[in-house]
Amino acid sequence: MRTPGEHRNGAAARGAPLRGPARSRDPGPAAARTRRRGPAAPDARTTGATSHFDAAAGSLVRPYTMTGGRTRPAGSGLDMISIVVTTRERVDWTALEPEHAAILRLCRRPVSVAELSAQLDIPMTVVKVLLGDLIARGDVLARAPLPPAELPELTLLQAVLDGIRRL
Amino acid sequence: MASADSDSGPGTDIPLAVKILIAGGFGAGKTTMVGSVSEITPLSTEEIMTEASMGVDDLGGVEDKTTTTVALDFGRITIDEKVVLYLFGTPGQGRFWFMWDELAAGALGSVVIADTRRLDSCFPAVDFFEHRDIPFVVAVNRFEGACDYTPEEVRDAVDLGGDVPVLMTDARDRDSGKRVLIALVEHVMRRRSPALSG
Ligand SMILES: Nc1nc2c(ncn2[C@@H]2O[C@H](COP(=O)(O)OP(=O)(O)OP(=O)(O)O)[C@@H](O)[C@H]2O)c(=O)[nH]1
Ligand SMILES: [Mg+2]
Repeated sequence: MRTPGEHRNGAAARGAPLRGPARSRDPGPAAARTRRRGPAAPDARTTGATSHFDAAAGSLVRPYTMTGGRTRPAGSGLDMISIVVTTRERVDWTALEPEHAAILRLCRRPVSVAELSAQLDIPMTVVKVLLGDLIARGDVLARAPLPPAELPELTLLQAVLDGIRRL
Repeated sequence: MASADSDSGPGTDIPLAVKILIAGGFGAGKTTMVGSVSEITPLSTEEIMTEASMGVDDLGGVEDKTTTTVALDFGRITIDEKVVLYLFGTPGQGRFWFMWDELAAGALGSVVIADTRRLDSCFPAVDFFEHRDIPFVVAVNRFEGACDYTPEEVRDAVDLGGDVPVLMTDARDRDSGKRVLIALVEHVMRRRSPALSG
């Protein structure tokens, strides 16, 4: 059905396969082995998925005024699906920047970093910085997703399965 | 960071978020599938990337492009009071592979949408998940006027391992999307405990 090399797309043809590890599946008969490796399989997972990001964030050339030029709060460790929620009923709104206030209003109910970013139309990198401030002030609590190295429990998978079935 | 792992206090009510990726080539129907099963209209978020984040070989011809943003769309399914599932469509363009790493980290698994007009457009996604040993199913999204494949033909053409489920789907249909997600989670569970697979 396919011949070797036939399906290389642009990125692969530009040499991306050289950057990744060799295909891990055991090669079968040559004829059955026609799917070439895809473009770019960088091994970021092994170094931690956020490490790229942190390095990258440090070299942003367009500083974000919203964050006072900061792109990464020390140790906020937020993921795009970290869930955040306000900790208190009453907040001293007068001391808040408008973006901080906007976030606080939206996380009266638990909400993910990605949803905040979408609703406020602010890139996730910036939302994480702003949330870091609010967490440091004690206004917001965050729940991190499971660490990538940790396999989800079967009970969690079963709950997800049941939830999807109920849709 | 503040965490919610104690048994008392305000943090205990915070749900745990899990995610499933919807991958596939450009225009394969990723956003459509996210939208058909999500309880919210798919949202779009942006992430900032710098040159350092992208493959150097992917920057040929791109002048003065120090930062760029990647748009991601995603949907949400509330599982119960304790768990919320996010569905993320992966960016289709090859130069955003870096983003896939962040997306894939911690994902339960992925749906790879195969587009019957150009089956090969799903190969990079299949390779990506195979390399990282992330469980995935292949959902064959039929487009009118394109070749009609059987699941077995797709399995052969994409050279899938025998245990990878292949389903025919219509990304616009909620029940069809549900079936695909169910097949994925069952596949993830089977891989976790082969004894249960019967
Ligand atoms: N006939 C048919 N059309 C579909 C189906 N799924 C999606 N489409 C159409 O195909 C087009 C592309 O679908 P999208 O969901 O935007 O595809 P995508 O994978 O998100 O595209 P990118 O994000 O641009 O890579 C839209 O016009 C959809 O309406 C399907 O199952 N059958
Ligand atoms: Mg899309």
